[in-house]
Amino acid sequence: MEHDNWQIIYFTLGVSILSTVLILPGGVLLAWLLARPRWIGKSLVETLVALPLVVPPVATGLILLELFGRRGILGSFLEKNLGIDIVFTWRAVVIALGVMSFPLLVRTSRVAFEEINPRLEEIARTLGAGETRIFFTLALPLAARGIVAGTMLAFARALGEFGATIMVAGNIPGKTSTIALAIYQYVQLSQDSAAFKLLGVSVLMAFAAVWMSEFILRRRPSRR
Amino acid sequence: MKNILRTITIALALAAGTFSLRAAEVYVSAAASLTDALKEIATTYDKESGDQLVFNFAASSVLARQIEEGAPADLIFSADEAKLDALEKLGLLLPGTRKSILSNTLVIVVPADSATHIKSAKDLTGPDIKKIALGEPSSVPAGIYAKEYLDKLGLWQKLTDKIVPVESVRAALAAVESGNVEAGIVYKTDAMISKKVKVAFEVPASEGPVISYPLAVIKDSKAPDAAKKLAAYLDSGPADAVFEKYGFIVKH
Repeated sequence: MEHDNWQIIYFTLGVSILSTVLILPGGVLLAWLLARPRWIGKSLVETLVALPLVVPPVATGLILLELFGRRGILGSFLEKNLGIDIVFTWRAVVIALGVMSFPLLVRTSRVAFEEINPRLEEIARTLGAGETRIFFTLALPLAARGIVAGTMLAFARALGEFGATIMVAGNIPGKTSTIALAIYQYVQLSQDSAAFKLLGVSVLMAFAAVWMSEFILRRRPSRR
Repeated sequence: MKNILRTITIALALAAGTFSLRAAEVYVSAAASLTDALKEIATTYDKESGDQLVFNFAASSVLARQIEEGAPADLIFSADEAKLDALEKLGLLLPGTRKSILSNTLVIVVPADSATHIKSAKDLTGPDIKKIALGEPSSVPAGIYAKEYLDKLGLWQKLTDKIVPVESVRAALAAVESGNVEAGIVYKTDAMISKKVKVAFEVPASEGPVISYPLAVIKDSKAPDAAKKLAAYLDSGPADAVFEKYGFIVKH
């Protein structure tokens, strides 16, 4: 395989892993909150989180571009105060991947939290455990399988993201070009054989990620 | 009542019949830089000819690829000769219909509110220019021309780290308009339609690459006569006037 393709594959894996790791703490915490009984604004938050799943990816990309562009609220703040450039850099790729895969992590983890018998938490509470302790020693271990499965799904989604990425990060060879973007570019240039190689790689990687998530979800919980 | 309905139906059918007999839909695959000029020409042409122009605007590289794959097109209007050379080689053009009718010039544009002082392409190497948008330099004509020019000046290698390649010349223009890049290289005609950018430097025609817009009728065209008629119109006085208004150089 061409040197360029290896760079693209490593880059795609790198940004996908990074974006997944970055959304993990917030995503799990939010999933837990959403699995809790009603609180003010819950349904609004639920809807907001699900939006990237249903809004066209390029539309999400446009929102991100408006926010993180040099003249956007966040973009201008970051540039002036920290000197960090977002749009058309690898950082934009990570942001796009994170936002697009966030709903998958939250929704899968939330189901896992909801499956925990509420009696267990009540018992823990009557025994004097605080909410933080319940989260770390009870909810988190019991929902671990669902969280790992959600993480794998989010990672798989990140690997294939196209629409939002091309809007905020462009398609810069060696800098923001991921597998999905490179396939598109190769086809434009009539370099179909290079496109097919990357296609094969992306199918393999996505297959592995989804299969692992299925495997983890189906496995019977270990008895304690 | 029944009779009235029948009369209306027959009248409608006849009207539809004559309409489809007279008016041909002409699918025009045209370079992104031609967007505004062609749209303006179309408003007059549709009325005068009775034909209807259906446009597909994209980078010429994308258009050529689509036609290779059998996309519906009657006329291609490319921003470089290389794309038509490739299509001609594949036998996809109607012989004898190819003609180069327009030229253009390259300009360096910066956001309208930009304070950078660019007086030549060399100034792009300065530290205040972090990103430069241009058409993808191996496929999009505007990018190929820009690279050719920068190469000739010995600047390309120095600038590669700053280059943001985008899918068409209009995408390069948009990137400058949004302020997300400090500069871009586009055609003069693109710069002219935007109020959000200003021309920092115009590449003199004698120094820049030869920019040529050829058109040709596609061999598999379903309306070759209408396409030929359109090709002739685009090379005539009324169309020339519009092209010149938008800043194109009309070749004769």
